[in-house]
Amino acid sequence: MSDNTPTTTHTIQLTLKPGQHDGDGQRVAEAAARHLGLATGNVRSAALYTVRYPLSETQVQDFATRCLADPVMHDVRLNELTAPAGFATYILVARRPGVTDDEGTSAQNALADLLNEPLDTHTQHIFSKRLYLLENDLPETDLRRIAEELLGNKLINWLEVGRVADGIRDYTPRPGGGAEAITEVISLTGLSDAELVQLSKENIYALNLEEMQAVRDHFAAADTRAERQAAGLPTDPTDCELEIIAQTWSEHCKHKEFSALINYKDLETGEEKQVDSLFKTYIKDATSEVDRQLRANGNDWLVKVFSDNAGAVRINADSLFVWKVETHNSPSAIDPYGGAITGILGNNRDPLATGIGGARLLFNTNVLCFGNPEYDGPLLTGQLHPRRILEGVRKGIEDGGNKSGVPTVNGAIVFDDRYAGKPLVYCGTGAVMPMQFAGKDSWEKNIDAGDRIIMAGGRVGKDGIHGATFSSIELDETAPATAVQIGSPITQKLAMDFLMLAARRGLLKCSTDNGAGGLSSSVGELAGISGGAVVELEKVPLKYPGLRPWEIFVSESQERFTLVVEPGKMADIMALGQEMEVELTDIGHFTADGFLDVRFDGTPVARLDMHFLHEGVPRKVLEAEWTRPTLVEPAIAPATNYTATLGQLLGSLNICSRESVIRQYDHEVKGRTIVKPLMGATGQAPQDAAVVRFNFESWEGVAVSNGILPRFGDLDAYHMSAGAFDEAVRQIIAVGGKLPNLSHGDNIFWSVNDNFCVPDSVYDPIGNPDGKQKLAKLVRMCEALRDATAAYCIPLTSGKDSMKNDFKADGVKISVPPTVLYSMTAKMEDVRRAITSDFKQPDDVVYLLGETHDELGGSEYYALHGELGANVPKVDFKKAKALYTLVGQANDQHLIQSCHDLSDGGLAVALAECTFGYNCGASIDLPDTGLALPAQLFSESHSRFLATVAPEDVVAFEALLGSRATRLGTVTKDVRLVVRHGGREVISADTDVLRSVWTNGPVNRLLGVVSKQNLSHSNSL
Amino acid sequence: MVQEAAQAAYKVQSEAQTNVPASAGAVRALILTGFGINCEEEFAAAYRMAGAEPTIVHLNQVLHGQVSIHDFDTLNFPGGFSFGDDLGSGVVLANKLRYRQTGAGGRTLLDDIKQFIADGKFVLGICNGFQVLVKLGLLPNLSGDVTPEVTLTHNASGRYEDRWVTLRVNAKANTPFLKGIDTLEVPVRHGEGRLVISDAAIQQRIEEGGFNCLSYLDASGDGTDIYPFNPNGAALNCAGLTDPTGQVFGLMPHPEAFLSAYNHPDWARRRRLNPEASEEGEGLQIFKNIVEHITDTRTAAASAAEFATQN
Repeated sequence: MSDNTPTTTHTIQLTLKPGQHDGDGQRVAEAAARHLGLATGNVRSAALYTVRYPLSETQVQDFATRCLADPVMHDVRLNELTAPAGFATYILVARRPGVTDDEGTSAQNALADLLNEPLDTHTQHIFSKRLYLLENDLPETDLRRIAEELLGNKLINWLEVGRVADGIRDYTPRPGGGAEAITEVISLTGLSDAELVQLSKENIYALNLEEMQAVRDHFAAADTRAERQAAGLPTDPTDCELEIIAQTWSEHCKHKEFSALINYKDLETGEEKQVDSLFKTYIKDATSEVDRQLRANGNDWLVKVFSDNAGAVRINADSLFVWKVETHNSPSAIDPYGGAITGILGNNRDPLATGIGGARLLFNTNVLCFGNPEYDGPLLTGQLHPRRILEGVRKGIEDGGNKSGVPTVNGAIVFDDRYAGKPLVYCGTGAVMPMQFAGKDSWEKNIDAGDRIIMAGGRVGKDGIHGATFSSIELDETAPATAVQIGSPITQKLAMDFLMLAARRGLLKCSTDNGAGGLSSSVGELAGISGGAVVELEKVPLKYPGLRPWEIFVSESQERFTLVVEPGKMADIMALGQEMEVELTDIGHFTADGFLDVRFDGTPVARLDMHFLHEGVPRKVLEAEWTRPTLVEPAIAPATNYTATLGQLLGSLNICSRESVIRQYDHEVKGRTIVKPLMGATGQAPQDAAVVRFNFESWEGVAVSNGILPRFGDLDAYHMSAGAFDEAVRQIIAVGGKLPNLSHGDNIFWSVNDNFCVPDSVYDPIGNPDGKQKLAKLVRMCEALRDATAAYCIPLTSGKDSMKNDFKADGVKISVPPTVLYSMTAKMEDVRRAITSDFKQPDDVVYLLGETHDELGGSEYYALHGELGANVPKVDFKKAKALYTLVGQANDQHLIQSCHDLSDGGLAVALAECTFGYNCGASIDLPDTGLALPAQLFSESHSRFLATVAPEDVVAFEALLGSRATRLGTVTKDVRLVVRHGGREVISADTDVLRSVWTNGPVNRLLGVVSKQNLSHSNSL
Repeated sequence: MVQEAAQAAYKVQSEAQTNVPASAGAVRALILTGFGINCEEEFAAAYRMAGAEPTIVHLNQVLHGQVSIHDFDTLNFPGGFSFGDDLGSGVVLANKLRYRQTGAGGRTLLDDIKQFIADGKFVLGICNGFQVLVKLGLLPNLSGDVTPEVTLTHNASGRYEDRWVTLRVNAKANTPFLKGIDTLEVPVRHGEGRLVISDAAIQQRIEEGGFNCLSYLDASGDGTDIYPFNPNGAALNCAGLTDPTGQVFGLMPHPEAFLSAYNHPDWARRRRLNPEASEEGEGLQIFKNIVEHITDTRTAAASAAEFATQN
């Protein structure tokens, strides 16, 4: 499609001057060869800008050369789309209508500055695109593959390909149509059960029969009818009303399965019980009990749990720590980049909009679960290759974090083939909020009738409407990109800066973010505080015309906050918004009449009873059955030497270095990161937990860790969950953290988020025949969580559950293994006392702390042999707590020089990793404990550490730790790791070779960063 | 007591708005923020630790005339992603400084910055701030007419990276910022830090003047173009530039991210080796240098003035 309005439309093309390195073009050529097996020849890239704004030729020329082109790098071509000789084919990557175009917005900013005239930057006048010219004359099908698999996503990008000789086709979105102020009435009266279910399915309400019946009965009730008649509404619900109910009652917002009544049967013992809400029983009540114990001991730092966008705990008399972890799995499966960037930006908005709002973001974390990126089999329809998901998600987190100025300090990547359908993308954000803003308690959300409703930040489009089912929606030009949302970090950064200042000036009464369900959810939830709201939808600023009222209300367009402002402060806050270039719109006010009242130009669009909306959803009753899987321990022939096994483990997908990922995240912006993901003189020693200080004035800080062990769930979901909890706890102990509540008023806060991601666990004889077993696993995971919080006295403060992590296509279902992530934070009184994992000095004595058992079940060692095993590692909470308490005491006495927790790959892998910080080795003698050698080396028994102690502290350390510390050997100047057992060398390797094997593992190889320094060594063991 | 840094930032911002006069004698540093700049807090902390009085100011407060840069001794451009960096790092911000008219008669902020430098004051840009100074033509500004002469573009690796590097100060460098510093360890955190000098004559003049004031070093202490020691493939292994006056200084790495010894990746082992070592980070010296230089210059000027009036 070409543009025929030359007076107001101009095309600017920037190409690299001859001799300038075209990195983008080169990457495309390499990726096409490597991933698609296509020879493109030379690829040249160019930037295109279509300017749809009245400019003279001189103005366009000035704009292109002075604002867009780099005089050193670029040549400029105006209003011509041609290719130089030698390029046969092209690919043009444009955006579909309404898709975030930050580059275009930036160009508009520059144009406004050049012209020195106001130019509404919220309306799109400039459209940015990329053009790739290919040397080889590839057929159109191959060009499409490159375009769709490497360069763009057809859900968000418009892709043109073809021969240069046939003319380069351009594309500029032209969103059309006028406003659609249409509200339809949907009749439920007299619908049969089948028709109700059909209606729910067709309109993507995702409500089941009981829920649809409850809605029908509500509208049929005599008092509802009378009220509606009085208010001038039709008897039947409007489209907007059903959409609001569907959003509010969605699993995502209401957690119906975590609140369900569950009938649980243990088929092994015959025990039967009824669980009255997993959330209440195992999470909320467990935390209440922890809080009771804390308060009884003078520790009253638990300020806000489960009742706001994020949990809040008290750091000290002046400030709060706010912590939230969420998942963004489904969007990341379909558009990995967009899914991940909206995931991290959306999660940032939770702490930002906790209480009054305006917390200062301190750090991000991310934990990712992917299929094998080296998978080379066929893909299902609509399934993206795991490598592509990994690369897209990684880039989304890079841009989301780096461009917001929030350091990504900690994370993990877990690989399992069962994540190949739906990846898991966990985003975490920690923030600091003063206890008070302008004399008001910062964590409180107070709203009174008459307060104004202000929408702040980005504009509204059809983005993310019915997000959950977007994979089934075919997109074309007339249906703008409703499916996928692309975050705009710069838009959110502006809103974030604004929010921080508005809160500190006392202009905000409170705030919340617009995430799932958009205004419908944010206003609906806030209206619950005052008792009602009136929303005037015609005031909501739109990205483009053509949205219906219900679409405006449920749109999930990103970077938006809903603010609550007292009428008397409106003038000040609007002025601040204008100064900081954040669009603020007054869209209504709060009431106390018990109704959510939505209008468009004065016409009623929805009027819903708040009590029905929030409490009317029928409760689910679910069935769970636990059967113990049949498991056997494998017989693996013992070896005399395990050096090669150690090398295989270090180079395996789940253990190898993630440096190429880590280094593309800014992990130290703000200058407060004390323990980073990789430390040591080499910058390659992996750490257990991050440590971040709160500010530059004190040494107080927070340790951050993540526990996730899905492999063990195949053996026993209870022990998987308990182990994951323990893993996160021991990582914080390893870096020098202390358990909470050990002494009266010690004020060491812990704040934990639980995130469950499970496959569909609702039994259905045809669609989900093993649903009862899956639900039983979830129950057991929750039981372990309750036991762990009680044992360590560690509270949960917030969390989330994602219940349908299945990917269905071509008659095949790929379900994730039941997965739980525990994201932990704990106060560090003095970050200078943090302990890093790497060995520090020759002659330091190496100890194993804790007990090793014959627990190779689910281990990486067994996985190497293609086995699962039976002996799942089990946590002994009592012993673990005693050990962690002693480690804390040893740290108080400065007795520990390095400490690394034992996890994937067991003792052998931990020993190798501890040598990665600088050139050193270790000489180790394994004791004769009666335990078989493979178990000693590779068992993944929980609650263990590898610690080193300076020679002068050995006596004090051994006296303190007693039998819990096993002396293994010493750190050596000789750069070899030597492990002996019964007088025989069982591992012997150069530590720099071990590091090289680990560094050049599959993840860094895949992402193309392989250390040249290490390649000079031989990697053979 | 924990003082919330953002709150402190707001405090100084309010002061700037109400034109509270500077504490007598304090060196005043103006630190720009807004529109995606994101290293302003550590930048301010650096100046505070160096004994100066930092003020974080939203760019619009300067563009709209609520704050005058001339009330300050140093003008600072922090790192970040100004305006998202979508048109190339620093481009939109540089464009705004050059073209956006801030006052009558078509005056732009760049006009004020030229005046600021002519008054003998100092300009510092780090990472994105350095990119702004280069795209604007304030660095290296060999011609003196503030037109771009070199550029900073995508790293040779094609990717953004956060890693620590070692820098050497060019012995010929003539800027108070780097006085007395020989080598310096600092993190780089950028995707577009490759200095490109397309004109051999310009390169020659940069080298002759020692304006390439910082270079990336390899493990044996030599300048290097080898990744990852030189993280971006910069011409002349160059990590930072000054203008011919030495008053304008910019660098890709982040000295403001190394204010405390505990920022270094190997701090734990180093403190074991040398428990009595300073808790200050090496990056702080750059800020101490400029604060000390301005204070000394002032004292000298004041003594001279006093001498003049006495005689």
